[in-house]
Amino acid sequence: MSEVVIEVVGLRKSYGDVEAVRGIDLRVRRGEVFALLGPNGAGKTTTVEILEGYRERTAGEVRVLGHDPARRDRALRERVGIVLQSTGIDPYLTVRETVELYARYFPHPRDVDEVIDLVGLTDKRDARVIRLSGGQQRRLDVAIALAGDPELLFLDEPTTGFDPGARRNAWEIVRNLASLGKTVFLTTHYMDEAENLANRVAVIARGEIVAEGPPGLLGGRHLAETLIRFRVRSGASGPPAVPGAVVRSNGLVEVRTETPTSTLHELTGWAMAGGFELDGLEVTRPTLEDVYLELTGGEAGAE
Amino acid sequence: MSDVALMLRQVRYTNKAFWRNPASAFFTFAFPLMFLVIFTSLLGKGTVPIGGVLIKQSSYYVAAMATFSVITASYTNIAMSVTYQRDSGILKRVRGTPLPGWAYLVGRVIHALLVAVLLVALTAAFGAVFYGADLPTGALLAKFVLVVVAGGASFAALGLATTAIVPNADAGPAVVNAIILPLLFLSGIFIPLGDNSPAWIRTVGTIFPVKHFADAMRAGFYGRPFRFEWHDVLILLLWGLGGLVAAARFFSWEPRK
Ligand SMILES: Nc1ncnc2c1ncn2[C@@H]1O[C@H](COP(=O)(O)OP(=O)(O)OP(=O)(O)O)[C@@H](O)[C@H]1O
Ligand SMILES: [Mg+2]
Repeated sequence: MSEVVIEVVGLRKSYGDVEAVRGIDLRVRRGEVFALLGPNGAGKTTTVEILEGYRERTAGEVRVLGHDPARRDRALRERVGIVLQSTGIDPYLTVRETVELYARYFPHPRDVDEVIDLVGLTDKRDARVIRLSGGQQRRLDVAIALAGDPELLFLDEPTTGFDPGARRNAWEIVRNLASLGKTVFLTTHYMDEAENLANRVAVIARGEIVAEGPPGLLGGRHLAETLIRFRVRSGASGPPAVPGAVVRSNGLVEVRTETPTSTLHELTGWAMAGGFELDGLEVTRPTLEDVYLELTGGEAGAE
Repeated sequence: MSDVALMLRQVRYTNKAFWRNPASAFFTFAFPLMFLVIFTSLLGKGTVPIGGVLIKQSSYYVAAMATFSVITASYTNIAMSVTYQRDSGILKRVRGTPLPGWAYLVGRVIHALLVAVLLVALTAAFGAVFYGADLPTGALLAKFVLVVVAGGASFAALGLATTAIVPNADAGPAVVNAIILPLLFLSGIFIPLGDNSPAWIRTVGTIFPVKHFADAMRAGFYGRPFRFEWHDVLILLLWGLGGLVAAARFFSWEPRK
């Protein structure tokens, strides 16, 4: 097992009466991509900013690369790259000037043009920040965080506002970083992002971790029932002879099963025998989104 | 790079951004020069009694506008631009990098001082060309430069302290002007305060730093008959020190909610 880069035990944070984080434990190892998923107000930014050293914790133990981030050691800041949920950039500097400015704060910066290429801002190199679109500014945020060649990267909703192409590109960057042995801690609202990028996902709701694990296994997802759906035309001989079949009023049939292979076999046999078609046949497994909605109580933001 | 080199580099980037921003270039730079032209052409023909001597108003204004320039470039400029940077999240971003906070802020203060010195030089040149004002030389010049730097640094520190009481960037101009404009008037920057000005106004002048700064600037600029008083510089520096202590205690790197 590789070295533990982030270790959090019993972390709590209150803002006055509001308990934003209520005793969470996390452990992230070198080379991992770890995603913190959760609805608005769940405590993601609070957690990340405690790890980054911006906020003081109310209780709990936190180690980041062996440091207590609350002490804001420079030696720690030299090894960490940060994309905040929302931050500004000087509007009157150009993209290149900006990346160069931040790169030199670090002891071993990356090549400035290479970083700009990496986030796809080559065409905008000499454009002033004020002339960039929202998504382009966000890419510049990522470039700034990469400029110091950090071994640990914090990304708080890094791809919010990205077009689909830019998101794929950002994922590619994160995968490359991981393959170089860098550690990435990200928060996101996008299930597909967590699923595509993360080795491990923790779902946070109302300040508590409600599930944690590899995205494929989250919340017992791999054990959950498969859903088979289709429509039958009139002409079908009675309801399908499989256990658990439910016929909806609009003619839609739903079957939940733990043995999808044999159930499907029976259903197709039934249709072949009757000489009709299973219209719009679908076989789906619960998506990460389903699991997530289940886990977080389907709420739209915990306020 | 050493921290000092990083700080000086910060001055360079601050300078680049400063001149590209139409608002800072205009309000910080063009504004004092515009005031100088307006005041001297409107009111520069009379005289004003100071310390029992009649002084040409044009001379008075050249020194007063040099004072105004330094205050605008350091106090007003720092208070407003740093509040903007705080509220737009630039300070927070910088705070997450290895750059020491002092290097960032001192970089801005040094840039403000350079702008102040440039403005004072332009004001002095204007005075010399149009009103035959004598330019300070030798020991007087040294004193004058010292006063400019002491004033610029003190007002910059007060500007940093002021950001702590500005709730957000939108309120910046209102708060900053509410503080500095009355003081500029009560300290004789826009309207000369002669020997016969009301006592309460003179009391205000002795308490706050603007009048002391203006007196020291005038004495440093013209020499006789103005008396250069070290206590003016001392009071100015004490205010600056107070500003520094307040800034160190209350300065915020993150946007105010
Ligand atoms: N500075 C603060 N002062 C007071 N309350 C705060 C502060 N920051 C966050 N909170 C509260 O703490 C809770 C968690 O907020 P946080 O920003 O961590 O959520 P989040 O998971 O990042 O949400 P989002 O997805 O919207 O970014 C919320 O109820 C929020 O209102
Ligand atoms: Mg957040």
